[in-house]
Amino acid sequence: MIPELGHYALVLALALGLVQAIVPLAGARWHDTALMRLGSSTASMQFVFVAVSFLALTACYVTSDFSVSSVFENSHSQMPLIYKVTSVWGNHEGSMLLWVLILSLFGALVALFGNNLPETLKANVLAVQYWIACAFYHFILLTSNPFLRLAQAPLEGRDLNPILQDIGLAIHPPLLYLGYVGFSIAFSFAIAALIEGRIDAAWARWVRPWTLAAWMCLTVGIAMGSYWAYYELGWGGFWFWDPVENASLMPWLAGTALLHSAVVMEKRNALKIWTLLLAILAFSLSLIGTFLVRSGVLTSVHTFASDPKRGVFILAILVLFIGGGLTLFAWRAPMLKQGGLFAPVSREGALVFNNLFLTTACLTVFVGTLYPLALEALTDEKISVGAPFFNLTFAPLFIPLMFAMPFGPLLAWKRGDVLGVAQRLMAAFAAALLAIAVTFVVTGMSSALAPFGIGLALFVMAGALTDLVERTGLFRLPLATARMRAAGLPRSTWGTAVAHFGIAVTLFGIVCQTWASERIVALKPTQTVELAGYDLTFDGMVQHAGPNFRELAAKFTVRSGGVPIGVMEPSKRSFASRGTTTTEAALMTRGVSQLYLSLGDTNDDGSIAVRLYHKPMVLLIWLGAVVMMLGGGLSLSDRRLRIGAPKPATKSVLQPAE
Amino acid sequence: MNRKQRRLILIGSSLGVLAIAAALVLSALRDSIVFFNSPTDIAEKHPGPGTRMRVGGLVKPGSLQRGDNLQIRFDVTDGKSEVPVRYQGIVPDLFREGQGVVAEGKLEPSGIFVADTVLAKHDERYMPREVVDALKKTGRWQEGETQGSMPAGDKPK
Repeated sequence: MIPELGHYALVLALALGLVQAIVPLAGARWHDTALMRLGSSTASMQFVFVAVSFLALTACYVTSDFSVSSVFENSHSQMPLIYKVTSVWGNHEGSMLLWVLILSLFGALVALFGNNLPETLKANVLAVQYWIACAFYHFILLTSNPFLRLAQAPLEGRDLNPILQDIGLAIHPPLLYLGYVGFSIAFSFAIAALIEGRIDAAWARWVRPWTLAAWMCLTVGIAMGSYWAYYELGWGGFWFWDPVENASLMPWLAGTALLHSAVVMEKRNALKIWTLLLAILAFSLSLIGTFLVRSGVLTSVHTFASDPKRGVFILAILVLFIGGGLTLFAWRAPMLKQGGLFAPVSREGALVFNNLFLTTACLTVFVGTLYPLALEALTDEKISVGAPFFNLTFAPLFIPLMFAMPFGPLLAWKRGDVLGVAQRLMAAFAAALLAIAVTFVVTGMSSALAPFGIGLALFVMAGALTDLVERTGLFRLPLATARMRAAGLPRSTWGTAVAHFGIAVTLFGIVCQTWASERIVALKPTQTVELAGYDLTFDGMVQHAGPNFRELAAKFTVRSGGVPIGVMEPSKRSFASRGTTTTEAALMTRGVSQLYLSLGDTNDDGSIAVRLYHKPMVLLIWLGAVVMMLGGGLSLSDRRLRIGAPKPATKSVLQPAE
Repeated sequence: MNRKQRRLILIGSSLGVLAIAAALVLSALRDSIVFFNSPTDIAEKHPGPGTRMRVGGLVKPGSLQRGDNLQIRFDVTDGKSEVPVRYQGIVPDLFREGQGVVAEGKLEPSGIFVADTVLAKHDERYMPREVVDALKKTGRWQEGETQGSMPAGDKPK
């Protein structure tokens, strides 16, 4: 009964979506307020129906209703409740349902909070949003129905993939989707602007909070996924340049560019057409990411060709929305009015620089991700493009970007003085040089490049602080005045500084991994191994029983300078339901550095293979992303975004009759 | 500067950055990509020793030997040809005789493939696609075995 209810609710959402996709658009065309307002109510109702559908599926998982095919495939009655819930989106069908849930959530939020939007823009945005939704409702209902029943209900499910039985699955995919799918709003706004043929600074102010919210979620979502891979996969890496990871990185790069170009548009009414294009591209890359992950094309180009139903469907959605969006752009964008002028050296110029490097870096990731697929499809030649490729292409593009970062916020709008800014950054330069020197002294010549990476990170951090010091007049003016000026600073200024500081923190953490140490040894009980000043003694093996697995753990006592500081228990878990084992690494956090232990095979002579890492400053990689998100949050809470944008100064001649 | 000049500067610098990026991508594609070979490819093409490559197939049952210091040796087979592989370190959880494997490293003049990486995948039901294709070529893979399931040992769908 419950699965049918969920299925039916989804069909109803589709029916409403079809109304939603057409009626407000017609209303905007004929300036019929009633028709336009219909969009707001259907948007909220649709969200309710999709939510009902999602809850119904969750109920099936929680009650372990194995008559539902996807529950049977991905759940087990003995799993802890949290994993029963998370396995809803731990598979293809359920994750697509989560996708549309978030899509309709954003639509409903626009309907609820978009009261200050011009009526026609709001109607068009909601209509476009539900073109996308309808495409994906069809995709789910026709090719990936999560409510499909089995003729005979099995007694037990096949269990969730043990690697996914982790708290990471509860956090990472929903956040990632909030980011990914959140860019659909920017896309809808861009298409709506093209349909109306009018775009102005106010448009950028309406789009920015949505993009910012999506970007924040995506930033933390990617970081969370990276941390999850780090501790779950057992080989200590935090980023593998895997196509699945690149699929989320590309929208992030384009979205970051969009955030910055929208600032230019809002403040200076320039870069309008470029901002529109970026809004279309950011969501297009999200769609491409969905295609890469969901179509099976990564597993095998040939499997994709031989089982084309899902893949071709997503490919069709891709072509329809990306192709349609870009065609509309090519047709309508030249009709939009030109924006303001600015000198190459100016805040605008710096933001253009940012956009140029971000989009180019995005392009290299795109090439590195899709080239192997294209090559294989065309020539049958199989290659792998991994970290070496991206280190040679992505990194050189990110270095100038990071270096320019402190300059941007200090440059004046319209026409800037780069020498003056360089003077004000003297303290930051000095900090960076000092950091480079200190790093060389402390680490010796172990790496020639890494100290410069540390210097760059310090430069960006100090640059972000310089910006705040300059604006508040700290050290120049009396403290009380500075404090008053700090309180008076727009939150978005704080947001910029904090977010820039955050990316530098991440960079710092990444560069520090140059000095990570690793040892792989075979140990017998009571033997001790030394790593980075820590002594680890292997005490012996212990057995645990989990709710649906058995665990064989190796107990290690960790000593620093002879003093015991803790116990680490890396383990292997074996899951009877799938006959598989997973390796659970043990982590010990010391400040922001970590000791990392993971187990290998047991040898015939009773020794056990152990992989030990010392990862200096490793937590900064992910903490930096959290700082970036906080920066985004500060910016989002800025007064001018909170109270909404004023109506454009020049009203168009054709206003809907009230 | 008028609008036209400014636009020229903008377009010029964009093209400059793009050209640099293109040069980086092309040089990286020449030097840092790794080709995949099946054991049969190696037997037929005789790639020069010292070239970095990946080799993939099944771990031949009965061929796995463990030595001191976490040394292991095994043969990778695609049903037609075999390549002996040497590796030192910890192999992933899913590394077993009869299962698919992808190793990355270099071929020695003696014909032994010295791997520095033995690949683990996120998902244990995930057969490395290179291995699937290599097995298909030698007819050891049936189309009925859909993506996501192992050729042996997994429950039937």
